[in-house]
Amino acid sequence: MSAAAWWQLLVLVALIGASTPLLGRYLARVFGDSGAPGDRVFGPVERLVYRAGGIDPASEQPWPVYARALLAFSAVSVVVLYGLFRLQGVLPFNPTGVAGQRPALSFNSAVSFVTNTNWQNYAGESGASQLVQMTGLAVQNFLSAAVGLAVAVALIRGLVRRRSATIGNFWVDLVRAVTRVLLPLAFVAALVFASQGVVQNLHGFRPVRTVEGTTQQIPGGPVASQEAIKELGTNGGGFYNANSAHPFENPNPITNLLQLWLILSIPFALTFTFGRMADDRRQGWVVFAAMFVLWAGSSVLAMQLESGANPKLTPAGVSQAASSSQPAGSMEGKEVRFGPATSGLYAATTTGTSNGAVIAAHDSFSPAGGAVPLANMMLGEVSPGGVGAGLYGMLVFALLAVFIAGLMVGRTPELLGKKIQGAEMKLVVLYILAVPVAVLGLAGTSILLHSATSSIANPGPHGLSEVVYAFTSAGNNNGSAFAGLSGNTDWYGTTLAVAMLIGRYLLIVPVLAIAGSLARKQPAPATAGTLPTGTPLFGGLLVGVVLIVVGLTYFPVLALGPIVEQLGR
Amino acid sequence: MSLVEERGADRGADRDAGASRDTAPVEPRRSRSTSALVEPAIVRRALADSFRKLDPRQMARNPVMFVVEVGSALTTVLFARDLRSATAQENVFAGLVAGWLWFTVLFANFAEAIAEGRGKAQADTLRRTRTETTACVRRAGGAVEEVASTELQVGDECIVEAGEIIPGDGDVIEGIASVDESAITGESAPVIRESGGDRSAVTGGTRVLSDRIVVRVSTRPGESFIDRMIALVEGASRQKTPNEIALNILLAGLTIVFLLAVVTLQPFAVYSGAEQPIVVLIALIVCLIPTTIGALLSAIGIAGMDRLVQRNVLAMSGRAVEAAGDCSTLLLDKTGTITYGNRMAFELIPVAGVDERDLAGAVLLASLADETPEGRSIVALAVDRYGLEARAHPGAQLVPFTAQTRMSGVDLDGRAIRKGATDSLRRWVEDQGGTVPADLGPIVERIATSGGTPLAVAEGGAVLGVIHLKDTVKQGMVERFDALRRMGIRTVMITGDNPLTAAAIAAEAGVDDYLAEATPEDKMARIRAEQAGGNLVAMTGDGTNDAPALALADVGVAMNSGTQAAKEAGNMVDLDSDPTKLIEIVEIGKQLLITRGSLTTFSIANDVAKYFAIIPAMFVGVFPALQTLNVMRLASPRSAILSAVVFNALVIVALIPLALRGVKFRAANAADVLRRNLLVYGVGGLAAPFVGIKAIDLVITALGVR
Repeated sequence: MSAAAWWQLLVLVALIGASTPLLGRYLARVFGDSGAPGDRVFGPVERLVYRAGGIDPASEQPWPVYARALLAFSAVSVVVLYGLFRLQGVLPFNPTGVAGQRPALSFNSAVSFVTNTNWQNYAGESGASQLVQMTGLAVQNFLSAAVGLAVAVALIRGLVRRRSATIGNFWVDLVRAVTRVLLPLAFVAALVFASQGVVQNLHGFRPVRTVEGTTQQIPGGPVASQEAIKELGTNGGGFYNANSAHPFENPNPITNLLQLWLILSIPFALTFTFGRMADDRRQGWVVFAAMFVLWAGSSVLAMQLESGANPKLTPAGVSQAASSSQPAGSMEGKEVRFGPATSGLYAATTTGTSNGAVIAAHDSFSPAGGAVPLANMMLGEVSPGGVGAGLYGMLVFALLAVFIAGLMVGRTPELLGKKIQGAEMKLVVLYILAVPVAVLGLAGTSILLHSATSSIANPGPHGLSEVVYAFTSAGNNNGSAFAGLSGNTDWYGTTLAVAMLIGRYLLIVPVLAIAGSLARKQPAPATAGTLPTGTPLFGGLLVGVVLIVVGLTYFPVLALGPIVEQLGR
Repeated sequence: MSLVEERGADRGADRDAGASRDTAPVEPRRSRSTSALVEPAIVRRALADSFRKLDPRQMARNPVMFVVEVGSALTTVLFARDLRSATAQENVFAGLVAGWLWFTVLFANFAEAIAEGRGKAQADTLRRTRTETTACVRRAGGAVEEVASTELQVGDECIVEAGEIIPGDGDVIEGIASVDESAITGESAPVIRESGGDRSAVTGGTRVLSDRIVVRVSTRPGESFIDRMIALVEGASRQKTPNEIALNILLAGLTIVFLLAVVTLQPFAVYSGAEQPIVVLIALIVCLIPTTIGALLSAIGIAGMDRLVQRNVLAMSGRAVEAAGDCSTLLLDKTGTITYGNRMAFELIPVAGVDERDLAGAVLLASLADETPEGRSIVALAVDRYGLEARAHPGAQLVPFTAQTRMSGVDLDGRAIRKGATDSLRRWVEDQGGTVPADLGPIVERIATSGGTPLAVAEGGAVLGVIHLKDTVKQGMVERFDALRRMGIRTVMITGDNPLTAAAIAAEAGVDDYLAEATPEDKMARIRAEQAGGNLVAMTGDGTNDAPALALADVGVAMNSGTQAAKEAGNMVDLDSDPTKLIEIVEIGKQLLITRGSLTTFSIANDVAKYFAIIPAMFVGVFPALQTLNVMRLASPRSAILSAVVFNALVIVALIPLALRGVKFRAANAADVLRRNLLVYGVGGLAAPFVGIKAIDLVITALGVR
């Protein structure tokens, strides 16, 4: 790994280190009980929305009401987006003449964007009209991220409130997340992207004469505006099929670095928000550290693995050393603008969050290098995870860690003074079971079906990795594609959508139920007998619990996929 | 001759509201049983029970072990089915796996049975004491009627004479008697039971040794204390505790995760061209699901309750034992719990112009014949600190204490020495024409404010000085409170003393807080306040006016010597009536949770090594590269899988003693406890199976399993 690659990582770490407290503090005020900066600007806009929606922003909701509102809102979003995909052929703002999508594909695409997954079974430039891109996909990019933020904030409230029947108001959290956090940040980011050469127009195809003398049709579109929220909201669905590998989406190292920061900014910042709202900064930093260790570890691993030479090419006398004309490492499936190390960093970042944007083909990574994004997703998107989803995922793991470790100090386990009892454990177990059931169950079924295995591009262990990657990506709401699997079949379209729904709502509902259950409790004051959860020891324990629980669940299938492929090459 | 009344007359008088009046120093009593962990008879019974517990209806209560039983049955069926078609090697393998899976289930049953064993043996002993007797019931008109004890009604008044067995639980309403309660407490020394006050409760099945009492029956036959005690020690009414339920949910969840991981492994294996025999998949499932903790969980709970019984504490529910571990505030009565409850001479303070040794000589003479604890302590002080000799004076004329004079003393060789309440002595000196020195007032004042009791001493017309009597804090209490503080538990001293005295004793004993001039209402208010702040409160009590507070507290330990009302209200009864035992109860509660958590951690950590044993073994035939994962270098795929199964079964047996004894408990703060247990059971749990499985592999390979 070159010095430049290390420097890039360091600069990114510095940016995160700087933005986490700033953004985290701001988020805490936006979702806190007292006033927030910008009330004068945003207040009138929000009141307009509340009046239009018949919402009383002062009334709070118990968790079942909060959950019902969230589910109803998401259901309506899926229906609207499904309609848009089906009808895009006859709707305006369609300069490239995209036809309506088939039912299975429309369902898959609609679910995908509403669940913050952004798995795309179609090519962006040919499968979605500019109208859908702008009013459907971009809108859901904002809203799905806002839903994630709302759930995370509701869980924090559950942990820090005492004897409270309510956990906030879903509509207020949703609106505030959009108006005060996502829109302003995305607006600024879009301007920076545009300044760096990311396109922003409403053109259709433009014929361009290439260097080779042939003519190429290049579609334009409102890319910069969507690119910003695609990364900021950890959505990841590209305007173009090539996603962030496309020069119109991600032209240079500066935009690439900005993308990496945008992806990581809110998930990491939320740990600080948590610490601040809990009035326990150390607690927030411990969650940050656990996420950071997993993210940084997987990033360095992927960067190292891809910077190494491909052993199959070495005997053929191919030089893979760094020189003035090439970076060191395996360039197969990588963009020359970025090279192997940056591709590894981006792959780890995009899968550690629930983003799923790509700048390289993960399918072409070395087996171990490709296992890094796969394992990152299997962690359940907690390193640092999606907007909101990362924090609530990590906090559920924290509840599990507290339960096991708490017993070992001789008390009923508690987090922030809230006792973790049977009711909470039931929900934690449900949370931890849901995604493996979807991923392993559906992947196991697919691998038995001839119609499903025929979609596999590469036979053997790599083919297994392709199928497992697809369901892992969908089930964990990541949306990155390993590629190599033709996912646009009725079987995959439907089953992947089912995995996405399970991976989103069968986690959100238990989390809200946990929030509701914890909010009602009276916290016990911390004493010397309380398990300290704001210490490096607990941070280490948290990382250990995440790795062991996930490792034990997925080790067998990993052994038959990437592990055997890596060992046997 | 007593100084009790003198106390009442003085400042700083002890007015412990509703506190124990048992002021004798509490000595450690012998525990119920000091027998070895396992006795042959218990082991024999447990062995038989292990098989009886195979009943699927019973097994279904424990989801983890139920899965193992189903797996064992399935492997046995498969083994029988393939007996003819399979090779000899395959048959040996399948037979051994099936056998060891059954052992796994049996070991788990054995752990539970042996934990229950001691309780059952004890229940048998108790049942023998529950003999049917005839009660003499006194009817309304005074007529006496003989009624079988099983026919008694609540409210019946029974006359019990010396030598008779008390027919049922109740309160003494007439008379006083010494009662032999050894049947329930194991303590052979008789106890006094009398009508009125806080020592009125009697237990059915105990024997009156002297005198005659009338008992009003308060429980129906079949619901008596002994009946409940039998049910408790036998575990008949055992219900899962809240934490046990939560842990069971986690274990069931983990079981489902591993079932899923293994069941879906088969399609992946088929795709990879390495379809697995069902026996191997079952072996993998059993190795992965948390069998270690699943097998020992109920044994840990039963053993925890049993540890309480060993210390003569009856917990009415496991919930109370768990709550004890969670307690963050202990309310302790001062008298009898923190202090001995009787004042001891602490120092001698002469008034100006009197030599300290002269004062010591005078008090020694005045107290030589004083047999009260205070009197003896004065003698001891004079002898120990001033080197005087306590020798009898035949000519001494004892002046006993009377309520009128409120002093006592001695007339010897023309010397008249008196000690007593300050104002009485002042009058006595003035009557004799003496004058009271000016510095007596300040000395008395200082002693009173420090929480002590001043006892003035005079000879003839001259005041010599003051004896400083102090309520003595029991030995070792300061250290125990220190240990509690390290565990994060606050102690609050409850006393009827005035705030000044209370503060002084609180400081000396090292309690964190005190509640002075406490009335029962104050106590209730304090408990409510602590609970509102999220604290769990434990307390002890014996009086009827303690009952509401005992019921309100999260852990209420009633003294067996106390009233029936108190015993009904609390959720534990201490048969030894030793209030300091609350501290041990808290430790047992903590130890119970620690044992559960440690074995859960150990169980989960074990899985890592089992994967490294079994996964390569399953697939190395198709993917030779996976040999790299066989880090233990196990001899063959079959020996590897079998070693993991055998280890999984044997580790249960190896941990039974730990489950019964409990993880070693040390008073320390939570961070230290966590670090230590995480190292031993987490890291140890990761490493141990690597060693164990390798060792078993070496053994079974040597035995010829290929």
